[in-house]
Amino acid sequence: MKLDVSHLTKTYDKKTILNDCSYVFDKTGTYVLMGPNGCGKSTFLRICAMLERQDSGDIAYFDNSTVLANDITLKRRLTLVLPRTGVFNTTVFKNVAYGLKIRGLHHTVIERKVNAALDFVGLGPKTGQHARTLSSGETQRLGIARALVLEPEVLFLDEPTASIDEENTQIIESIIGAMKKEGRSTIIMTTHDREQATRVGDFQLVMRNGRIET
Amino acid sequence: MDSITQGFIRAFELIFHLNAELFGIILLSLKVSGLALVIATLAGLPLGAMLGLKRFPGRNLAISAVNTLMGLPPVVVGLFVYLILSRKGPLGFLGLLYSPTAMIIAQSILAIPIVTALCHSAIVNVDPLIRQASRTLGATQRQETLAIIHEARYGIISAIVAAFGRVMAEVGSILIVGGNIAGYTRVMTTTIALETDKGNFELALALGIILLLLSFIVNAVLHAIQRKGMVATQ
Repeated sequence: MKLDVSHLTKTYDKKTILNDCSYVFDKTGTYVLMGPNGCGKSTFLRICAMLERQDSGDIAYFDNSTVLANDITLKRRLTLVLPRTGVFNTTVFKNVAYGLKIRGLHHTVIERKVNAALDFVGLGPKTGQHARTLSSGETQRLGIARALVLEPEVLFLDEPTASIDEENTQIIESIIGAMKKEGRSTIIMTTHDREQATRVGDFQLVMRNGRIET
Repeated sequence: MDSITQGFIRAFELIFHLNAELFGIILLSLKVSGLALVIATLAGLPLGAMLGLKRFPGRNLAISAVNTLMGLPPVVVGLFVYLILSRKGPLGFLGLLYSPTAMIIAQSILAIPIVTALCHSAIVNVDPLIRQASRTLGATQRQETLAIIHEARYGIISAIVAAFGRVMAEVGSILIVGGNIAGYTRVMTTTIALETDKGNFELALALGIILLLLSFIVNAVLHAIQRKGMVATQ
């Protein structure tokens, strides 16, 4: 896995959020990006996950140097989990199945993968439940299940425990630990919790003045 | 008072004896309004989705225009369609005036802004996180649009049902362009108007009862859909 970020710049309303930001993610494991609220961590992740466009600078994904803005094949090798999970107005199962369905997978494959992902995040017993009746912690776990069922090469987690209780925070941290053990994805997550960064991170980075510092 | 009671009794007799004239009128009403609704949905849903999802110059003006057109006076639509389809009008050569097709055109014109405006409203009210979620999960632009439309499905169905209610109860425009010809363009609302004028209240009342019943069914369906949508979003 290689994600080569070079000279990223992003400005919102004349305020510079990312300022010539560069970093090379070239190891397998969990990278944790720390920094106070508003320092640009989320913007960095959203740009890397192709949810937003940078004003200038480049990102070379894997071994390619050229990236097209709407390269759906490349986009599907990355997944981002947002701090607040947008839940589709349907069951837990169908929420997790969505990403596989739009990739055109057969329903038997979808069923197997979704059930495995839901068991992995501890939502197995809630498969048929309406997703909007889940607690906020369970909703966040649903968001993670929805991402990891796609087996992305790079999984971006933007403040995955920012708005949930301690119990669910522990569950999510153990999910991240289990994913790390499986070693299928490189995880790049943001947090403003230093202790959490120590607990789950292999590589700790700090964002300051719109740049990444090691 | 007696004549009203007698009218109701005779009206129920017509309904329960499956009067052929009565059911012919009901079927034509459903056919005209149903087809107008299909046309309005085929045009209004994509238009509403475009207004809700795309950003383009003049979008706000277009939204205001569609909202204004929701209140189009039916007689004005009738007059407009009449002028277009009359012998000297630009489409007069088609010979459509005083035909069910002319009535479908008029009702479609009335229903399109309703479907468009209410679909737009349903789509813009979808949580922006849904768009982001489908995007982060690898949806193409088309799949993202479909995901949003799917989320707005209860609002969209409500829009279609509301438009059906409006066209079924409409009389002004179809009277002008249909001409109220017996057995050809005579529908429920125009028959009620005509028979009331003639003092023949039995048929008018029978159709009034059926129209009320249809309106009740439409509203019950609408209410059930809205309740389902509310339960689903809780």
